[in-house]
Amino acid sequence: MNRRTAHRWLRVLRTPMGRTAAVLVLIVLALAVVGPSPWNARADAVDTANILAGPSAEHWAGTDNLGRDIVFRVLAATRLSIGLALAATAVAVLAGLLLGTAPWLLGRRAGRLVTGVVQIAIAFPGLLLALFFAVVFGVGATGAVLAIGLAGAPTFARLVQTLLAGVASRDFVAAAQVAGVGRFRILLRHLLPNIAEPLVVNATIGAGGALLGFAGLSFLGLGVQAPAYDWGRLMFDGIGVMYVNPAAAIAPALAVLLAGLALNLLGESVAKGFGMDALVGLPASVNPSPAAPAAPAPPAPESAGDDASGDVVLDVRDLTVSFPAARGPIRPVRGVTFAIRRGEAVAVVGESGSGKSVTALAVSRLIDAAGRVDAERLHLLGTDLREPDSAVQRRMLGSSLAMVFQDPASSFNPTQRIGRQLAETSRHHHDLGRRAAFARAVDRLRAVRITDPERRARQYPHEFSGGMRQRAMIGMGLMGSPALIVADEPTTALDVTVQRQILELLTAIRTADDVALLLISHDVGVVSEVCDRVLVMYAGRIVEDLPTDRLGAALHPYTRALTAAVPRMDSPLDRPLPVIPGRPLDPADVPVGCAYADRCPLVSERCRAEDPPLERHPSGHRVACWHARPPLAGERHDDPARDGAAEPASVVETS
Amino acid sequence: MTAAPAPAAASEPLLVRRIAGHPWARFALRRAGRLLVSLWVLVTASFLMIHLVPGDPVRAALGPTAPAALVAERRTALGLDDPLPVQYLDYLRNLLGGDLGTSIISRLPVSEVVAQRLPSTLALAGLAFLTAVVIAVPVGVVVGVLTRRGHGRRTEAAFTSGSIVLGTIPDFLLGVGLVYLLGVTLQWLPVAGDATPAGYVLPVLSLAVGPAAILARILRVEMVAVLDADYLRTARAKRLPARSLYLGHALPNAATASLTLGGLILGSMVAGTVLVENVFAWPGLGTTIVRSILSKDYPLVQAIVLVYGLGVLLINTVVDVALALLDPRSKIRED
Repeated sequence: MNRRTAHRWLRVLRTPMGRTAAVLVLIVLALAVVGPSPWNARADAVDTANILAGPSAEHWAGTDNLGRDIVFRVLAATRLSIGLALAATAVAVLAGLLLGTAPWLLGRRAGRLVTGVVQIAIAFPGLLLALFFAVVFGVGATGAVLAIGLAGAPTFARLVQTLLAGVASRDFVAAAQVAGVGRFRILLRHLLPNIAEPLVVNATIGAGGALLGFAGLSFLGLGVQAPAYDWGRLMFDGIGVMYVNPAAAIAPALAVLLAGLALNLLGESVAKGFGMDALVGLPASVNPSPAAPAAPAPPAPESAGDDASGDVVLDVRDLTVSFPAARGPIRPVRGVTFAIRRGEAVAVVGESGSGKSVTALAVSRLIDAAGRVDAERLHLLGTDLREPDSAVQRRMLGSSLAMVFQDPASSFNPTQRIGRQLAETSRHHHDLGRRAAFARAVDRLRAVRITDPERRARQYPHEFSGGMRQRAMIGMGLMGSPALIVADEPTTALDVTVQRQILELLTAIRTADDVALLLISHDVGVVSEVCDRVLVMYAGRIVEDLPTDRLGAALHPYTRALTAAVPRMDSPLDRPLPVIPGRPLDPADVPVGCAYADRCPLVSERCRAEDPPLERHPSGHRVACWHARPPLAGERHDDPARDGAAEPASVVETS
Repeated sequence: MTAAPAPAAASEPLLVRRIAGHPWARFALRRAGRLLVSLWVLVTASFLMIHLVPGDPVRAALGPTAPAALVAERRTALGLDDPLPVQYLDYLRNLLGGDLGTSIISRLPVSEVVAQRLPSTLALAGLAFLTAVVIAVPVGVVVGVLTRRGHGRRTEAAFTSGSIVLGTIPDFLLGVGLVYLLGVTLQWLPVAGDATPAGYVLPVLSLAVGPAAILARILRVEMVAVLDADYLRTARAKRLPARSLYLGHALPNAATASLTLGGLILGSMVAGTVLVENVFAWPGLGTTIVRSILSKDYPLVQAIVLVYGLGVLLINTVVDVALALLDPRSKIRED
């Protein structure tokens, strides 16, 4: 056992379940070792004057039909019960190893036969196999050991096969094979040592199963035979006298239960500690970290919705989203203010973790109830999204707000046909009947340029290509009459040619119906193709808000770094792409001052002390930086501004 | 992988080819093939059982004092003196004709004994499975919703440990406990036989509680995973009511994953009836097989093993078909 393994065993023992199970198993094992010697005499002491007595001070669980003390018989039976269970487990592991390694040793054809037999045997419940083998090997302890063992063998065989398949494809095995080492030798030297650990863990669980199985067989009278006795045999004797002295059956049953549970729990907690249990997973939440003490940024003096005409589709002021975490809430979005007008296309860009997707979810009211959304104002088409969920609001959102998600492959319900998933919206929100809703779905699929929409609507998502799925997703948003499409990285999961089609489709819809678009992206290239305006987010705040064609003249050093990191046709091939030094901020650990300070080339004392507010700059951008100014020649990453909208260098130097 | 199964094969006029190329047909063929092979292994194993027993099975059954002439007569009646291949073919032929042989002990036709005992066992197993599902599905779904990501940490911990403990208590031990508690101590319910409907309560509970706990636990884990899936966010974005979200979108997806396990549980429930029947003196196949193993009535044992095995195979097949129906990808994923 190497140090890593030892460490993991220790970790198992530190969990309450692991510790309890280990202590119980140790007690049971100790009883099995010392059990019979001190108690055998009392366990076998016949007392005909005291037959089938109930529990008393002298006999805690009463006596059996020969007046023998039940408690002592249960204690004395520990050794046989545990011993037989371990023997059966050994048989199971051994037979499982033989069957499981056979495919490796025997070559393809014979191996496939063995695998097939194991596959069939494993479909039958263990007890059925045990009964079968109990008939073949005869009634009695030896027969039962073989029966229980062989009944458990298929499970172990498959485990060995699976584990071997995982290890056998590794390089060192291939190397040994190339070196001409025999298959048997490879098995012993390289394969078995690598699968020993999970085998031991599963054998522990298996021992618990064998113990229970053995108790079952003995309880049926097919296992241990009188005068010998294990727990199962004691139950067999006790169940008949249940009405006279119930403890005669209950005491051994408790012993079986306790020992079986202890072995099972130990196995399970070891498996869990070793990361083998896929069933019980902790929710993968955002890193729990100390609460961010960051003082709320001063409210933006100028709300983007100032020119609030009826034109504004989405109006967001001082939006904050926080999630509870183990050590205080974390805030992926910290005071975001913006507005989108009818037909306007606005992009939110930033690195992962900048809060852009959370912002999108918050404005679409899709933050899970665990998250807390606060805002001074959060209006979509004049409806206050901060109000509690209502049928009216659901209907409004369901038909006026369209969502397009990043991964079309996982965003459709795999068990429902596409048409039905589209039609659902209309059935719920527009009170259409089944047929009318389906017809609408077909029509919308046609609108997003899916050929043969009648047939496609009857297909499942997995029958669609990635680009088609994304188009169908957009079509789903068009089931109503959306005023705003929120698209969260809609093209990231698609290949380049399909990306273009999706972007063109979004643009076409936008211009045709004057639909506003909120596009979340990390890709400045995509954004500048589609959007009018860009919101640059960093660490949960908007650091710059600028027209797309002004990206080359960004005022915030982070925006400049982002645009410089985009490869372009004319990027010099002999130089590495500029990257932004340092790491994105952990939303759980936000500093007092400017969040970008640690990575910023222009950082000063003030940046670390005070968080700059998002303010309107004379150039028309909104920017949050104490050093906001057009780029200097020296820090331009030799990257001439794109889109031909960049000012000449001379202009840059004037500020 | 995303390519649709090409029905556009216009150059394929042959109907047979069309059908054989259809994913459903392929699935059905493959599944039927697997069932047949398993069936053959089962029948062969049950045939071999009597020959794997060391010594003379008839002598063992009739005891050392039985006259040699009687033993010889029974051996001939069972066909044990014929060459093995002949016996095998006879066995298969008889099986196809519904003849399961004759009990060595009672001389009754085995098929008669099975027919008389099977209904009780079926009723027990069926009721237990229904009970387990009726308990597990609502509990799993509700707890899953309550403990979805970022919710109900304490509920989750309590539910998980509770269901683990309940799920690991073997059915027959639970049966013994229930007999003690509700039968002997409180005397609320009968503890033996299926004469009255009340007689079903304890055996059904003993069989159902463990599987219900396991099933509910799996279903909860699946629900939590599904509730966090992208397509559920899509469904939420459609602003569907909760009932439609949880029952319409989440449950079918969680169920496909739980169904495989449900099949295994149902299969082991078939075997579990053996032990539980013996706790409650249930007049089913389980008490019969144990009695016949002890009295070495091999033809009867063979037949009952066959019936149990058949039950398990049928359940597995039904589960696979249900999976294929519920999850349109599974039949394709298989090849």
